[in-house]
Amino acid sequence: MNLNRRQVLMLLPAAAVAWDFLVAGTPEDAPNYKMTEHWWGMLLDITKCIGCGSCVRACAMENDVPDGYFRTWVERYHVDDWHIENPSVDSPNGGKDGFPASDVKGGKNFFVPKLCNHCTDSPCTQVCPVGATFHSPDGVVLIDQNYCLGCRYCIQACPYGCRFFHPEKQVAEKCTLCYHRITKGLTTACCESCPTGARQLADLKNPNDPIHAFLKSHTVQVLKPHLATGAKMFYNGLDGSVR
Amino acid sequence: MEGFMYPNEVELQWSVLIVLYPFLTGLVAGAFILASLERVFRVEEVKPTYRLALLTALAFLIVAPLPLQLHLGHPERSLEMYLTPHRASAMAMFGFVYLWYLMAVLLLEIWLDYRRDIVLIAESSSGLKGLFYRLLTLGSHDISPGALRVDDRAGWIITLIGIPSAFLLHGYVGFIFGSVKANPWWSTPLMPVVFLFSAMVSGIALVLLMYMITSVIRRTAIDIRCLDAIGKYLFYTFVIDFTLEMLDLIHRIYEADESFRSLDFMVHTRLFLSQIVMQIFVGTVAPLALLAITQLVRLSENALKRTYALAAVLTLIGIFAMRWNVVIGGQLFSKSFLGYTTYKLDFITREGLLPAIILLVLPLFILYVLIKILPPWHEGSTATAQAEQIN
Amino acid sequence: MSKFKDSAHLIRLAGVFVLGIIAFVVLRAAVIPKSFGQYGPYRGDALREITSRPIAFAGHETCEGCHPDVLEIKSKGAHAHVNCESCHGPQGKHADDPASVKPVRPEVAKLCVRCHAENIAKPSGFPQVNAKEHAQGQQCNTCHKPHSPGFDAGGKK
Repeated sequence: MNLNRRQVLMLLPAAAVAWDFLVAGTPEDAPNYKMTEHWWGMLLDITKCIGCGSCVRACAMENDVPDGYFRTWVERYHVDDWHIENPSVDSPNGGKDGFPASDVKGGKNFFVPKLCNHCTDSPCTQVCPVGATFHSPDGVVLIDQNYCLGCRYCIQACPYGCRFFHPEKQVAEKCTLCYHRITKGLTTACCESCPTGARQLADLKNPNDPIHAFLKSHTVQVLKPHLATGAKMFYNGLDGSVR
Repeated sequence: MEGFMYPNEVELQWSVLIVLYPFLTGLVAGAFILASLERVFRVEEVKPTYRLALLTALAFLIVAPLPLQLHLGHPERSLEMYLTPHRASAMAMFGFVYLWYLMAVLLLEIWLDYRRDIVLIAESSSGLKGLFYRLLTLGSHDISPGALRVDDRAGWIITLIGIPSAFLLHGYVGFIFGSVKANPWWSTPLMPVVFLFSAMVSGIALVLLMYMITSVIRRTAIDIRCLDAIGKYLFYTFVIDFTLEMLDLIHRIYEADESFRSLDFMVHTRLFLSQIVMQIFVGTVAPLALLAITQLVRLSENALKRTYALAAVLTLIGIFAMRWNVVIGGQLFSKSFLGYTTYKLDFITREGLLPAIILLVLPLFILYVLIKILPPWHEGSTATAQAEQIN
Repeated sequence: MSKFKDSAHLIRLAGVFVLGIIAFVVLRAAVIPKSFGQYGPYRGDALREITSRPIAFAGHETCEGCHPDVLEIKSKGAHAHVNCESCHGPQGKHADDPASVKPVRPEVAKLCVRCHAENIAKPSGFPQVNAKEHAQGQQCNTCHKPHSPGFDAGGKK
């Protein structure tokens, strides 16, 4: 293959990135990645989510998620007038193929993308009998699928319904915050494929991360705060009706 | 599926096997506590059931881990619970509670109580049988009055430790459910206490039935005073259990927190048969009424025996239904409180009805074998009678 | 002394228990995974196993490295912040071996509609249309270039 100088100059950045991938095997070996320097979270902007389901599809492709099970999913809410405690919610196939037009009229309607909240005080890691699910030093809740017994206690303990039992591997599974990507300087598959920027990975330990300014200037919530899980997925514009 | 559920919630995670597990360990704890009534509290009337209760507890304790193993995605990794137990996990700590109870309490107590018989049989048998019993003696053939006094004293201490251990054994199972804040059907401080008392009720009922059945098979007379004593303990324990469950129910209805409407709907629809009909009426109110009759009305011996037997059977059904309603019920509603799913119970699958039935019946076969190896009764049982003749 | 003799069988029993405990400790040391406890109460190797997962989405920076011309077009239009793989799907394999792995062109009919079909739950400011009425039988990219979708009744791309 004969390359002229222009082509080489264009290929160099791609080659550099590819080289990083080759070299990166462990979190410590990845160039410039030290676990203790990061504390991962995510910003989910309800005002921007269009329910296209790109995130659900991307996650399934990046992580080989089996059909019918979801590491992330999107819910559609319909709230009638002041009936905040009785929303109508649906999530056809987790929102994977988007949402069909509904014949709903009026009320307040919006989409809520959901995933593992990578809680700081996660009830799921608390109950694992063997230490197969745990917090990484950089704040990601992970599952050691070569150690998991498949007792499913963690699935019972998660208040958000983000865990499932992998039908083939016969172990617990859930969102890993694309740990294999974020430790290499990439963003998660869901954030990468979100067309509106409704999902943005955040490094809470990085003082320059835009999330700090965002949290300060917006009304932000977490899911089920009364359960004190220390959730790190922050929702902008989350309505009180969201379960 | 009805209404809305988080997409991963539609499939149930814990099946009938996980219903079976607390049922079996409950029987163990209850049977042991009945046995300890005689040993520690010197309730002489229940003495005829002492050894039988211990063997029943052992038979069920041996089977108890099997539904769990069948349920695990990777049973071959189950040893990890003993190698790297996660100390914050109730389930991990339970592995040690089980081991403690099996080794340090139940097996020890049975060994101490049976030691004299084991030595006698060992000395009067030959071949494989003799070898087996000689192994059981651990090499010591000392059955002098002094040694037997030591056994008695040690057994008393073990039983004393055993009572809180039995409480721990089944209270822990209750805690495994009660400590899950994600699930409002399970999460209550009452859960370990309710589990414990229902365990005692089921264990006492089981021993009552075993006593009656074995007496009928052996064609020996049933000691009616023994039955009366057991019946009385069953009645009073049941009253406490029922009170606790009603307390939970009334509290829920009164406080009506965010989960209440969803749970209420679930109980009235999905759980109507198993909870309202089977657990409450057939399994609690009916046996309580029958037992109350035995306390208040003077019945003939035959009528008394039939009433006790019926009450015991209904009790066991009711306690099984209670376990079902806790485990399965806790998974039928969505944690969004907006929907419900159904439990599909297959027949011949790893976690189906057939394995459940087999596991329920298996302890009875094991009990039969245990009775043959360690006969609870002296009169009429060949092994120790022959041994006594020789000595 | 006789008390000791009477309890001899209990001492044998204690011996059995001690042997059992020793056997357990030895077994544990032999079988427990070496990296357990390295970073916390879990197998340290698990972190390494999880991070070594192959990557499916290359990430827009990688795409832009080889396709700066598309980036140029995109940055001027409404899809400026829509990442390449959002429409084109995971292209990690293509980025690793651009010559032999060619991306498949996305199906226009399904693709555009997923984001832009009108839905009451979408934010009101977001461009959404009733697809049938709007398209009148034509493909979306007849009038809208995907990389810069401002209305243009001219040709494709």
